[in-house]
Amino acid sequence: MVGVPLVLDMIFIWGPTIVSGLISLTNWNGIGSPFDAEFLGLKNYESLFTAYPFFWPALTHNIVWLAWLMLIATPIGMFLAVLLDREIRGTHFYQTIFYLPVVLSLAVIGIIWKLQYAPEQGFINNALGRTSNENLIDWLGNPDLNIWAALIATSWRHVGYIMVLYLAGLKAFDPALREAAKVDGASERQTFFRVVFPVMMPINVVIVVITTIEALRAFDIAYIINRGKNGLELLSTLITNNAISESNRLGFGSAIAVVLLVISIGPIIAFLVRMLRNSET
Amino acid sequence: MSAAIGTAVAPAVAVRRRRIRPRRVLLYGFLTSMAIVWLFPLAWAFYTSLRPFSDTQANGYISAPSVLNLDNFIDAWGRGNFETHYFNTLIITVPAVIVTLVLASMVAFAVSRFTWRFNLLVLLIFTAGNLLPPQVIIVPLFKLYTALKGIPEPLSDNDLLYNQFFGIFLINMVFQLGFCIFVLSNYMKTLSKELVEAALVDGAGVLRIWGAVIMPLTRPALAALATLEFTFIYNDFFWALILLKDGNRRPITSALNNLQGQFFTDINVLAAGALLAAIPTILVFLVLQKQFISGLSLGSTKG
Repeated sequence: MVGVPLVLDMIFIWGPTIVSGLISLTNWNGIGSPFDAEFLGLKNYESLFTAYPFFWPALTHNIVWLAWLMLIATPIGMFLAVLLDREIRGTHFYQTIFYLPVVLSLAVIGIIWKLQYAPEQGFINNALGRTSNENLIDWLGNPDLNIWAALIATSWRHVGYIMVLYLAGLKAFDPALREAAKVDGASERQTFFRVVFPVMMPINVVIVVITTIEALRAFDIAYIINRGKNGLELLSTLITNNAISESNRLGFGSAIAVVLLVISIGPIIAFLVRMLRNSET
Repeated sequence: MSAAIGTAVAPAVAVRRRRIRPRRVLLYGFLTSMAIVWLFPLAWAFYTSLRPFSDTQANGYISAPSVLNLDNFIDAWGRGNFETHYFNTLIITVPAVIVTLVLASMVAFAVSRFTWRFNLLVLLIFTAGNLLPPQVIIVPLFKLYTALKGIPEPLSDNDLLYNQFFGIFLINMVFQLGFCIFVLSNYMKTLSKELVEAALVDGAGVLRIWGAVIMPLTRPALAALATLEFTFIYNDFFWALILLKDGNRRPITSALNNLQGQFFTDINVLAAGALLAAIPTILVFLVLQKQFISGLSLGSTKG
C-alpha cells in the first residue's frame, strides 16, 4: 500500500535530488553515464561564484522576490483576510474576487499582465500617453524595471492565496478570546496585534514558509515574460537555461540546483518541524 | 463550526455597527477599490479580446469599441490548435488527479492508522518532496526521462518517458502525492479509530477497510483535493515545458509559451488565447469554490 508510491517518490524525486548533488561535482555534458564523467570537486561552484556573470544577479533577484512577497504581498493578503473575517455584507463577493487569480496558471497571469505592460498596445503606457518611440516605457524589456513588473503580476495571485490561508486560520480562532480582549477595553488594532496574531503563530509560520517557498520556486512568470533573461534571471531559470535549453552544462547547472536546494532546506525544515510538533499533540 | 461562530458574534457586531459608521464607509470604500483593481487586469484582457485588431488600431486601445465580437477567440482557437492542446490537458490531468488521490489515500490511511515504526518518516519524505522547487531535480530527471528505456507501447511510442503524456502524468502524480498525503493523513486523524478497529475485529482485510470504510468517510476531503489538484495539474507549466519535445503534445498551459510567440503581433488574439486557457479553471472555481477553498485550508490549518 505504501510501497509503490514510496518507490516512485524515491525514483523521481529523491533519487534525482541526490544525483543532482553528485553531478554538480563533475563536468558531465549529458553524454554517457554521469559516473564516467571527470570529477571536478568544487570547481563548478568556484566558477559559479566567481566567474559566472549571472549567478549573483539571479540570487539577488530571488532575494528581492522574497523580500517583496514577504514585506508587501503577504501582509496585504493577511490584511484583506482580517478585514473580510468580520461581519461584512458581501464578504463572499469580495473573497471570490480576490481569490480569482489564484486559480489561474502563472503562464496565463504572465500574458494577462503583458496586456497591461506591452509598450505600444498595453494599457499602462496608453493610459500614461507614452506610446511613441521617444517616450515609451518598456516595462518588460528594461532590465531595471521588469523584475518589479513581474513582481506586481505575481502578487496579483499571491495576495489571494495568502488571504485564503489566513482566513481559514482566522475562522478557527476562538471568538471568546476576542470578546475578552474587547471587554478589557482593547482597540481593534490592539486586539489583533496582542491577541489574535500571537495565538495564530502556527499559521503565521506556515504563511512565512509558504511565502519563502513560493519565492524560491518562482519560474513560470519570468519564463513566459522573457525566458528569465535580461534582468529577470532567477536561480530556477539559470538551471534550465544552462542544463536543458541551450548548452549541455549539466554539471554546472546541477551546481546551481544544489545552491537552490540548500536555500530551500531552511523553510522545508521549518515546515516539517511544525508538522511534527502538531502530530505529537 | 463556523456557523456557530457567526451567530455568536453577529449580535455584538450589529450593536457596534451603528456606532462607528465612518469607519465602515472607509472599510467598504477600501475593499471596493481593491476589488476593482483586482478585477481590472482580467476585465481588460476580456475587453481587448472582444475587439478586432483593426478597431484598436484605428481608435487606440483605450477607447469605446466600434465593434465587439468573438472573432479573436475563433482565430486563437484555430491558429493555436486549441482542440489538440485541450485534449492533451485532459488526457494528462484526469488520470493524474484520480491516481494521485487513490495512491495518496492508501498511504495516508496506512500512515495515520497503523502505527508502524516509520510512518512519520514516510510522511516526512513525501511532504518534503512536495516542497522542493521542481528545478532542483530537473537535470537528473530530464536525463532519466531520456535514458530510461523499456516503457511499453500503450504508454509510450518511443520506449522512453520523454515526450510522452505518460511521463507528464507520472511526474505530476508523484510530485502532487506529497501534498495529498499530507492533507489526507491530517483529515484521517480526525476520524474515529473505533470504526477501523470494529472492521478489523470483523475480519475485514486492510484493503477492504480502506475501500469500504475509509474512502467513503474521507469523501469531503477527497472532493476538495480533487478540485484543487485539477487546477494544480491543469496549471502545470514547467514539467510539460521541459519534458515534452513536440509542441503539439503540450497541454494548454505550457502551449501558451509558443502561442505568445505566434500571436506576438496581435495582442488581441493573444488575450483571447490566454482567456481560453483560463476558462476551464475559472469555471471549476466558480462552481466548486467551496471545495477549492476548503482544500487549501485543509493544507494549512490542520497541519
